[in-house]
Amino acid sequence: MSTAHVLLGLLARGSRHGYDLKREHDARLPRARPLAFGQVYATLGRLVRDGLIEEAGQGKEGGPERTTFALTDQGRTELDAWLSRAEPPSPYVQSTLFAKVVVALLVADDVTTARRYLSTQRTAHLARMRDLTKTKTDAGVSVADVVAADFSLAHLDADLRWMQTTLERVGRLRAEVRR
Amino acid sequence: MTSPVVHLANSLTPNGPAVEARAVAKAYGPTPAVRDVSMTIASGEIVAVTGISGSGKSTLLHCLAGILTPDAGEVVYRGHAISALGERERSRLRRTRFGVLFQFARLVAELSAADNVALPLLLNGERRAVATRRAHDWLDRLGVGGQAPSTPGELSGGQLQRVALARALVTEPDVLFADEPTGALDSLAGEQVLRTIVGLARERDMTVVLITHDATVAAYADRDVVLHDGAVQPAAAVRP
Repeated sequence: MSTAHVLLGLLARGSRHGYDLKREHDARLPRARPLAFGQVYATLGRLVRDGLIEEAGQGKEGGPERTTFALTDQGRTELDAWLSRAEPPSPYVQSTLFAKVVVALLVADDVTTARRYLSTQRTAHLARMRDLTKTKTDAGVSVADVVAADFSLAHLDADLRWMQTTLERVGRLRAEVRR
Repeated sequence: MTSPVVHLANSLTPNGPAVEARAVAKAYGPTPAVRDVSMTIASGEIVAVTGISGSGKSTLLHCLAGILTPDAGEVVYRGHAISALGERERSRLRRTRFGVLFQFARLVAELSAADNVALPLLLNGERRAVATRRAHDWLDRLGVGGQAPSTPGELSGGQLQRVALARALVTEPDVLFADEPTGALDSLAGEQVLRTIVGLARERDMTVVLITHDATVAAYADRDVVLHDGAVQPAAAVRP
């Protein structure tokens, strides 16, 4: 994830200081890794250096004095360019789950054993999906939380669908290994 | 003389499991669809029955809901074996204690949404004015009160399914059987239907049996039972 571009996006909605940006980042991307303050200020420093944002004043608002930052025209152009660029789909599957399932299918003596391995993983996935579903259906949940839960649910569901399809291919995979 | 239905109502055990399958088997000709399935569904529990197409989910639901009679084993509703009932009693049980929701709404095309919802009450001998009032109440509650005069052909997929849900719930059933209830809906419309079902189940302590091949739907349930080739797959223990 590009922290710099996320900060540009947050600043596109109005000028803010570093503390506000950190708080808003964590609120808008609730299931992403929380942003460290050090990372926020280091990134803001680079964005100022590159002319994408600028200092827009100092404010206290009952706390320590803080520098407020604003998006420049160049920053807006860069943000629009980033949003318009397609993310390249990852060429390699780098997932422990992927490796584990393939190995499980290779070492299982029969389809029933393979199914038992996958059944354990399925149970863990579904338990997580239940937690996420509960989160997104709780009264008063924020849209940001629903969107983040939907994202995780869709990926867990994709894992399960892939595991199911793989299980159905297990016979062919084992024949291939024996060759 | 007391009717068989009154006998049944008096002999139901409210505190035990809502529904049990005991070694239930069902075949279509030589092809087994459900094999030796035993499961217990607690009162107020929401259970998803999952599995790929052809795994026997729908046949099991039809057996649990008393629509099909198992070839072997028995289905027990609140301590009473459904298979021991005659067709008339079973039909009465389905109309008064069970609600069934299918993937496609299966509404009567010539009737308005309100008349479709009132229908189960009228079949149960309710007065028309009462049936109509309750139908309108349920349609309002499910957010389709404005569609009460519309016929099914005039409704969207999401609206149709909400009307069908109102029809399944208007008798205030003890158990709701839902067979792929969101299968024909887009994800947001499906989510609204599922949220409604879960909310009502929690509020009314209604038991729900949810048939689905979709893990995102199963995740709304308290637990899931996986069917494979008509048999229950053993639950996996998860190690951290």
